[in-house]
Amino acid sequence: MSAVAVKYREFQKLDVEVLSMSIDSVFVHKMWNDHELSKMVEGGVPFPMLSDAGGKVGTVYGIYDEAAGVETRGRFIIDPDGVVQGFEVLTPPVGRNVSETLRQIQAFQLVRKSKGAEATPSGWKPGKKTLKPGPDLVGKVWETWKTDMAFE
Amino acid sequence: MEEESKVGCARPTGGPVGEPAEEKIEEQKEPLKKEAPEMIKVGQKAPDFVAPAYFNKNFIDVKLSNYLGKWVVLCFYPGDFTFV
Repeated sequence: MSAVAVKYREFQKLDVEVLSMSIDSVFVHKMWNDHELSKMVEGGVPFPMLSDAGGKVGTVYGIYDEAAGVETRGRFIIDPDGVVQGFEVLTPPVGRNVSETLRQIQAFQLVRKSKGAEATPSGWKPGKKTLKPGPDLVGKVWETWKTDMAFE
Repeated sequence: MEEESKVGCARPTGGPVGEPAEEKIEEQKEPLKKEAPEMIKVGQKAPDFVAPAYFNKNFIDVKLSNYLGKWVVLCFYPGDFTFV
């Protein structure tokens, strides 16, 4: 959470709101923010920390682990129409990569802006080549896009 | 976007709102197996919910649908004071 908090300004620049959620109560959220996270991030957590007692919301999102009684690391990117564009779910011991989340949002925003005329190939980053799917591109991707470009 | 919530002694809770995911009315044949909850699908609406939250030194209620018109990143995590 602290990593997301540190990058919050970048989310804001992209007009993205962040919501975090766990089964802890809002009182515990306050304690965690006040006593630990605020020491890692200046000013503390800048976005709402939501409480999902009993995992009711987590269950609907398919990331509530009933046996353990906790929510797994599910991250959902939701567009302005309320549609889920992407998600990633990890088991508890492995943290997420915030930069990858930002990259995916930038890609989804580009596709949305182009009304689907452009698509972002593997490894795409802002400023890099996009593809314009259509009859002329069928069988011709190899001419315009090389696999090396996924790792540049 | 958010409304402040009253804090009493009870632990505030929230939950999904709006229509439940379509309930299939099926003839009950076999004893019902407990179905694994279905995973969210990309390209479909994110289920709406209301949840209490701590934000900016206040306790508020957050409703996902109030964020329509903006991009939202919703991050679940196992628990406060965990290590990763």
